[in-house]
Amino acid sequence: MKAIGHVFKYGDNVDTDVIIPARYLNSFDAQELASHAMVDIDPEFASKVQQGDLIVANKNFGCGSSREHAPLCLKTAGVSCIIAETFARIFYRNAINIGLPIIECPEAAQNIEAGDEVEVDFDSGKIYNRTKGTEFQGQAFPEFMQKIIKAEGLVNYINNK
Amino acid sequence: MGMTMTQKILAAHAGLDSVAAGQLIEAGLDVVMANDITGPMALPILAEMADKVFDKDKVVFVPDHFTPNKDIKSAENSKAIREFAKAQGLTNYFEQGKSGVEHAILPESGIVVAGQCIIGADSHTCTYGALGAFSTGVGTTDIAAGMATGQAWFKVPSAIKFVLTGKPGPYVSGKDVIIHIIGKIGVDGALYKSMEFVGDGIANLTMDDRFTMANMAIEAGAKNGIFMVDDQTLTYMKEHSTKEYTVYEADEDAQYDEVIEVNLAEVRPTVAFPHLPGNAKTIDEVEAMEPIKIDQVVIGSCTNGRMSDLRRAAAILKGQTVHSDVRVMVVPATQKIYKQCIAEGLVDIFIDAGCAFNTPSCGPCMGGHMGVMAAGEKCVSTTNRNFVGRMGHVDSLIYLASPEVAAASAIAGYIANPEKVGDRS
Ligand code: SF4
Repeated sequence: MKAIGHVFKYGDNVDTDVIIPARYLNSFDAQELASHAMVDIDPEFASKVQQGDLIVANKNFGCGSSREHAPLCLKTAGVSCIIAETFARIFYRNAINIGLPIIECPEAAQNIEAGDEVEVDFDSGKIYNRTKGTEFQGQAFPEFMQKIIKAEGLVNYINNK
Repeated sequence: MGMTMTQKILAAHAGLDSVAAGQLIEAGLDVVMANDITGPMALPILAEMADKVFDKDKVVFVPDHFTPNKDIKSAENSKAIREFAKAQGLTNYFEQGKSGVEHAILPESGIVVAGQCIIGADSHTCTYGALGAFSTGVGTTDIAAGMATGQAWFKVPSAIKFVLTGKPGPYVSGKDVIIHIIGKIGVDGALYKSMEFVGDGIANLTMDDRFTMANMAIEAGAKNGIFMVDDQTLTYMKEHSTKEYTVYEADEDAQYDEVIEVNLAEVRPTVAFPHLPGNAKTIDEVEAMEPIKIDQVVIGSCTNGRMSDLRRAAAILKGQTVHSDVRVMVVPATQKIYKQCIAEGLVDIFIDAGCAFNTPSCGPCMGGHMGVMAAGEKCVSTTNRNFVGRMGHVDSLIYLASPEVAAASAIAGYIANPEKVGDRS
C-alpha cells in the first residue's frame, strides 16, 4: 500500500482545537467536519486539499483533546498519511484505530516542504520526496498495530477475534 | 526489573506478573467513561461490536460539554446518550440537575478509586491519577471497544518521577505547581510517559490540588499522571466511595527516564501565556511587564472548579468589586459544589462582587457556550488549555492561572498578583 500526494506543511504542537475547533463538535458527520478541517490554522486547507495529499509537521502533532473528530476529519478530507517528528499520544492511537496511517520520522519532517510531492510505502516505512529526490526510513508500526491497520481499524480487529 | 506505580497497575489488569516499558498489552478496565461529545459518536461504533455494554456498573456517561444544551444538535446528542443509558440500564448516567463536569463528578461520586484502570473519551481523564489510579484519555473507537469488551490495548509507558518537597506559599496552589512543571519540561516533555508524583511535599497538597495537577498531565503530553496514595487519599476515598481499592507503590528499583525534584516552597504564582500551557511566567515576571488588560475571567472547569478553588477565589473577592471592564464567570464543577457554595455564602460573595454564577458545565472552557470570546479579547482562566481559538475567536487570548490570580485579576482589570490585590490600580 502506498500514499502519493502533495504536502501541506505545519510546525510544532498543532493541536486538536485548530485541527477541528470545538465549535463544530456538536456534529459528528464526517463530511461536515472535513469541511472545517484545519480552519483555525489554515483557512484554505479544506478547499485546497486533494484526495491522497499528505500532512507533514514537526513535534507533537495532534496535542490536546481526545476528539477522534480530528483524525477523522483529516482522513475524510482526503489526507492519505501524516508524517511528523512526533505525535501526541491520543491522536496517535485514534489515527490507528480509524485506519489513518501516521509515521514518525524527524528527518523527513525537517526535509519535506509545503507543496513537495511525496510517496510513502506503508509496508517498508520508506518515505520518498519526489520533488527533492530524497529518501527517508520512517518508523515502522509494531506488529500489533499492523494487525489493527490491516483489519482496517480496531472495530474489525475486535470483530475478527 | 522493578516497576513504576503505573506499570504495576497495568500488569495487574493485564493478568501479568510484570510488564516493561514499550510492551503492548491488553488490560481489563474498571471504568469506561464518555461525554456528550464523544459518547454519541461512540454509539454506532459500539453497535457494530456488541448489543450490550460489558458491565452496566462500569460504563459511565456524563453530559457536560454542551449542556444544558446550547442548540438543537447538542440536544440530539444528549438525547442519544440519555436513551442509550436508559435502554442499557446504566447505573451511572448523570442527568442535568445531578451532573457537572465529568472529572469532578467521578471522584466525588466514588466511581473512581486507587488502583483502578480507567479510560475516558476525554483527554483530561488523567485527573483520577490524583487518587492513585491509572487513568487515561482515549478516542471514540477506543471507548466504544472498551464499552463492548471491557478491555483496551496499551503500550506500557516509561515514566518521569517528580519528587515534591517543601510547602507551597499561601497564594500558591496545585495550578501554579503544574504550570511551573510544564513550563520546565515543555508541552511534549512527558510525551507517551507517566508523570509519577511522590515525596513528602505531597502531604502539603490538598486532594483538590492533586486533582488539578493530575488533570494537566496531558498538557505535558503524558499518558497519565499519578500520585502516591497517602492518608489524605485514604480519607478522601472513605468519605466518597464504598468501592474496594488497591494501593500500588513503585518498586525501589523501578526505572525512570528522569527524576525531577520540585521544592514547592520555591514555586511562585505562575501564569501560562498564550498559546501553550507551557508558556509559564511567574507573577513576578508578569508584574515586571506592562499591565496586561483583560476582558474576561473564568473560574471553574475540571481543573479548578472544585470547592477549595472557589473558596480561594472567594477569599480574594470578598467585599471587593470586579473591575468595570471585566466580565467574570464563576462555574462550580458539580451540583454538590454549587450547593456548598450556597451554604458557605460564597454565592453572595461572588454576586456582590459582580460575577456571574453559573450552573455546572464545561461552558466557556472550550468555547462551547456561556462566555465565548470575541476577536481581540483577553481572558484569565482557571482552565487547562490556552490554544488558539480554544475559548472562541481565533484572535482571542487566554492566560491560564490559579483561582487566586484569576480573582485578583478580576478586581484589578489586568493580570494581577493575589499577594497584593489592588496595587497598581
Ligand atoms: S471543563 Fe474543559 S477541559 Fe474539563 S472536561 Fe470540560 S471542556 Fe474538557
